[in-house]
Amino acid sequence: MIEFLRRLFGQQGSSATAKERLRLVLMTDHLELAPEMIETMKRDLVELISRYVEVDRDRIEVNFERQDRTLAMLANIPILSVNRPNGNGAVTHDEPTPQPEPAPALSAVPSDSKPPVRKRKRRRKSQRARTELPSTA
Amino acid sequence: MHQIQAHDTVIVSPSTSSEQAANAAKAGRAIVVTSGKGGVGKTTTTANLGTALARRGARVALIDADIGLRNLDILLGLESRVQHHLLDVLEERASLDDALVADKHTEGLFLLAAAQAREKDDVETAKMQALVASLRERFDYVLIDSPAGIELGFRNAVAGATEAIVVCTPEVAAVRDVDRVVGLLGNRFRPQLIINRLRPQLVRKGKMLSVDDVNGILRLPLLGVIADEPEIIVTTNRGEPLALRAQNATGAAYHAIAARIAGEDVAPPVPPESKASILERIGSIFGGHRR
Repeated sequence: MIEFLRRLFGQQGSSATAKERLRLVLMTDHLELAPEMIETMKRDLVELISRYVEVDRDRIEVNFERQDRTLAMLANIPILSVNRPNGNGAVTHDEPTPQPEPAPALSAVPSDSKPPVRKRKRRRKSQRARTELPSTA
Repeated sequence: MHQIQAHDTVIVSPSTSSEQAANAAKAGRAIVVTSGKGGVGKTTTTANLGTALARRGARVALIDADIGLRNLDILLGLESRVQHHLLDVLEERASLDDALVADKHTEGLFLLAAAQAREKDDVETAKMQALVASLRERFDYVLIDSPAGIELGFRNAVAGATEAIVVCTPEVAAVRDVDRVVGLLGNRFRPQLIINRLRPQLVRKGKMLSVDDVNGILRLPLLGVIADEPEIIVTTNRGEPLALRAQNATGAAYHAIAARIAGEDVAPPVPPESKASILERIGSIFGGHRR
């Protein structure tokens, strides 16, 4: 009886759904409006990761994907080699300042380097609907 | 991204406390009423705010910038009096004095109607700016009713404005479009928000975005909240803006917004109230309400 009355009077709260959808859609909109910001973020990200591993800067992909309730950033960063702390590996980045440069040194891949490792951040589901960010709004 | 060319040839004076003291040296304020999305009530808002501002004693010119879809004359009940339109003035076929239609209900309120048989692209942005500038010399307020969209029609409507009012209904699509429009406007127009067509009962039941939901996202100065008012349909049928009836709660809400626009220190806008029905009160006992 109580359950019946609850169903009779109780609400599903579709405004909560609306709010959630709005939050997500605006986040996506704002990302699409800020290609420069994404480029900067990509550079910073590469800079950070390059401290530990040598990455293929020309083949980096950064995408944003909507999953159920969140917006996920998916970065595909091919790794060329691992920088060893003892100097065994090629430590190519020793400048302390995170200066985003297209570093031509990285394109010269040593022949005995490992094959590119694909590194994924936050991959969740098998089916993926890629959202390509347009370069200009 | 679109760049909006604003034309601030005249420095806007901060809101004058007494509009009656029409000072010829001071330029009036040009406020564009816009939203991005269509059908949220831009034209209704323009008609009512124009009426409310003029009833405070200000001289107000309304420009219908929705070229090709003339509506503002209908809402004001002036459709039979329009002889010349905006493009006649811009293309110098009619003088401004010939084209401005005096409102039949409110003194000091004038309408410059849109052209019905033309297109939005026919307007030259520079001429629109010049027109608004000349209207600002003669009026305390120039309210520009923008067309929906963010294309040339919108940009022309915005071109001569010094401020913006954005109208938003509590819907996902409307909020998204307002967000976009505000991004296009930038800080220059200091956009202020009117939340329109709020249904307090639905908000209470958790079935409609609340004022806080909407403005928690948009984060704009809140100019007012207008309830979804059945009387609006009646007033539209008759061509008499609801602001003519200050005893009506929604009519009074338009007057409060007008006072806020004028810089008067009125209480901050509150969402319209509605009494809970008996059924709802019984329902709330069973704890079914989620907000």
